[in-house]
Amino acid sequence: MAGKKKLPLSGNTAIAYAVKAADVDVISAYPITPQTTIVEKLTEFVANGELDAEVIHVESEHSALSAAVGASAAGARVFTASSSQGIALMYEIMFIASSMRLPIVMAMATRALSAPINIWNDHSDFMAASDTGWVMMMAHTNQEAHDDIILAYKIAEHPDVLLPVITAIDGYFMSHTIEPVEPIEREEALKFIPKKVTWSVLDPDNPVTMGPLGTPEWYYEFKRQQHEAMKKAREVFDEATKEFEKVFGRRYEPVEYFMMDDAEYALVAMGSVAGNVKAYIVKEARKRGIKLGLIRVKLFRPFPAEEIMEVISNLKAVGVIDRALAFGSSYGGPLYGDILSAAYTRGVDTPIVNFVAGLGGRPVTFRDIKAMVDATLALDGKTRKDVPKEPYFIGVRE
Amino acid sequence: MEAVRRLRKHPLDGLLRPERLPHLWCPGCGLGIALGAILRAVKRRIEEGYLQREKTAFIGGIGCSARASLYVDFDSAHTVHGRAIPFATGLKAVRPDMKVIVIGGDGDIAGIGGNHLMHAARRNIDLLVIMMNNMVYAMTGGQLAPTTPTGLYTTTTPYGNPERPINVVKLVATMGANYVARAAVTHPPLIERYVYKALGKKGFAFIEVISTCPEVFGRHIGMRDAVDLLNALRERVVVKQRPHIDESYYEWEGGKFVLGEYVDKDDPSYLERIGVIKG
Ligand SMILES: Cc1ncc(C[n+]2csc(CCOP(=O)(O)OP(=O)(O)O)c2C)c(N)n1
Ligand code: SF4
Repeated sequence: MAGKKKLPLSGNTAIAYAVKAADVDVISAYPITPQTTIVEKLTEFVANGELDAEVIHVESEHSALSAAVGASAAGARVFTASSSQGIALMYEIMFIASSMRLPIVMAMATRALSAPINIWNDHSDFMAASDTGWVMMMAHTNQEAHDDIILAYKIAEHPDVLLPVITAIDGYFMSHTIEPVEPIEREEALKFIPKKVTWSVLDPDNPVTMGPLGTPEWYYEFKRQQHEAMKKAREVFDEATKEFEKVFGRRYEPVEYFMMDDAEYALVAMGSVAGNVKAYIVKEARKRGIKLGLIRVKLFRPFPAEEIMEVISNLKAVGVIDRALAFGSSYGGPLYGDILSAAYTRGVDTPIVNFVAGLGGRPVTFRDIKAMVDATLALDGKTRKDVPKEPYFIGVRE
Repeated sequence: MEAVRRLRKHPLDGLLRPERLPHLWCPGCGLGIALGAILRAVKRRIEEGYLQREKTAFIGGIGCSARASLYVDFDSAHTVHGRAIPFATGLKAVRPDMKVIVIGGDGDIAGIGGNHLMHAARRNIDLLVIMMNNMVYAMTGGQLAPTTPTGLYTTTTPYGNPERPINVVKLVATMGANYVARAAVTHPPLIERYVYKALGKKGFAFIEVISTCPEVFGRHIGMRDAVDLLNALRERVVVKQRPHIDESYYEWEGGKFVLGEYVDKDDPSYLERIGVIKG
């Protein structure tokens, strides 16, 4: 695929190009910073006749996702996008979309939740969506953000999965930052994700009722099936990324490893902060002889516990960076919570420590990363029992 | 020096929070004109002893307009987008002695929060809601709002808005509010007069203030210049004494916006009905 034309695209525009390539039928969304320009670009494509889709200018995010559910239930390929308070307002319908097994794709430009109001980046909105039954991924480059949309439809519409998918990018750090992106053309995209209705839809000739009362005799079975579908989503993710590599030449894994081959220590991170960590590893840690690597979690739901634990089990100590807080939990940050339970159930004894950093757009600097690395290294030779019971709050005024 | 000091004084000093200034509104934005007029009315009511400063609260949702609640030196809350009215309702229920004023944008009040507006008017709850209507979602960059007149260009309707707008004064009048008026930033004395009047009303009072947003509304319709946009609005507004609600035209293209007091009545308010205040 070398030699293909690249365009300078922001994360948001890269997403809009992919949505156009996926030839969606319905877009319903409500403006919110920093997501807004995704949908603005899409309305431009529609107005120019480059994309034949219905744009529904709804009056809230609750309606945006409700309209998406309705359109998907009618057999349309549907897209929506949101951030922060918008995601919070969608919460009710997120469960409806996943339980009705509708393959909706939503892009999220992550942003802190109010109060106080804050338009800058962290992962509190993403993490708030984490147990709603959606498959969730987070990209790290604009190319990946673009490709994730195509992968998302592949996974969502797979007959063994039929779950909605969130593809996230970090607000501003990615949504508004320009990088070279090789856009996928519609023709190639539609060969990879042919438009075929694989899910149950409303059909006047064979009337069905969606979402009626699920009595105690039946409700539980639905939930169990959603759990199975999530497991299938993992298999399908692996198949889809392999096929994607064959067709488009770019390979994605549920987890990205950076300088992990000889690593003794690792930081675990998601999204754009991984870029700072990579830079720190190359420019600082390795120069000082510290064998530090990075584990970047791309696929968050279903959580890739096996592979992360396989790597972590061989390390001396690990630090997990969370850009959100699970208030009052026994762990601290939500990513740490997943890592810890994976370690427990896989019998991994490596000391793993938690860092909460960059809330509400607070920059995560080299000095902050150094503090995290120092605290991780301090666990060398220690056991699980020596791990601090509270997260380290990095870069905050006490 | 004395002259400079005098110059530095503003007639509304004491009602604004200087530490929050300069405000975030763009140069030429109509919102400042509207806030000035609103505060002049509030000031008169305070001077008359009708309103007490420590018993007055400003509640805003989210948006350029809603930021007004940040700049006034009163008890205030910046809530979430669309929910200023429910917040104010809760406040009023617990502190019926307070005057609660909601300021928000058209998206905030009539779009995402439209359901609350309807029900607050139906309930005739004792609140004053001032909706600044700049006809788009301005803070997020000028997207189509439910109040965007048909045909206009916005960031999400690059070939013109195919939808019909809500005529918000008509909606609120239909739902039974005690006071409904429409003003515009082209006529600040009208804003002041209506706010002054509304502050004296029991029940639900609603004032729509048509405002100008040169930055994102004007730019998309080819009127980036604040004065051009203000003049374009001036050409389209018609002031009437006690117009009938059926005359509440709301049209941009070749059209007009009729300003005036549409409803002014004294039906029992919510607080009267539940017996908190005696009618
Ligand atoms: C639930 C939710 N959705 C979306 C937003 C993003 N948002 C902030 S202000 C705004 C629109 C503002 O428009 P309007 O209320 O008309 O006020 P204006 O800025 O025009 O004065 C939007 C959509 C938000 N803050 N919360
Ligand atoms: S964007 Fe428009 S409404 Fe907002 S401050 Fe600027 S001119 Fe005023």
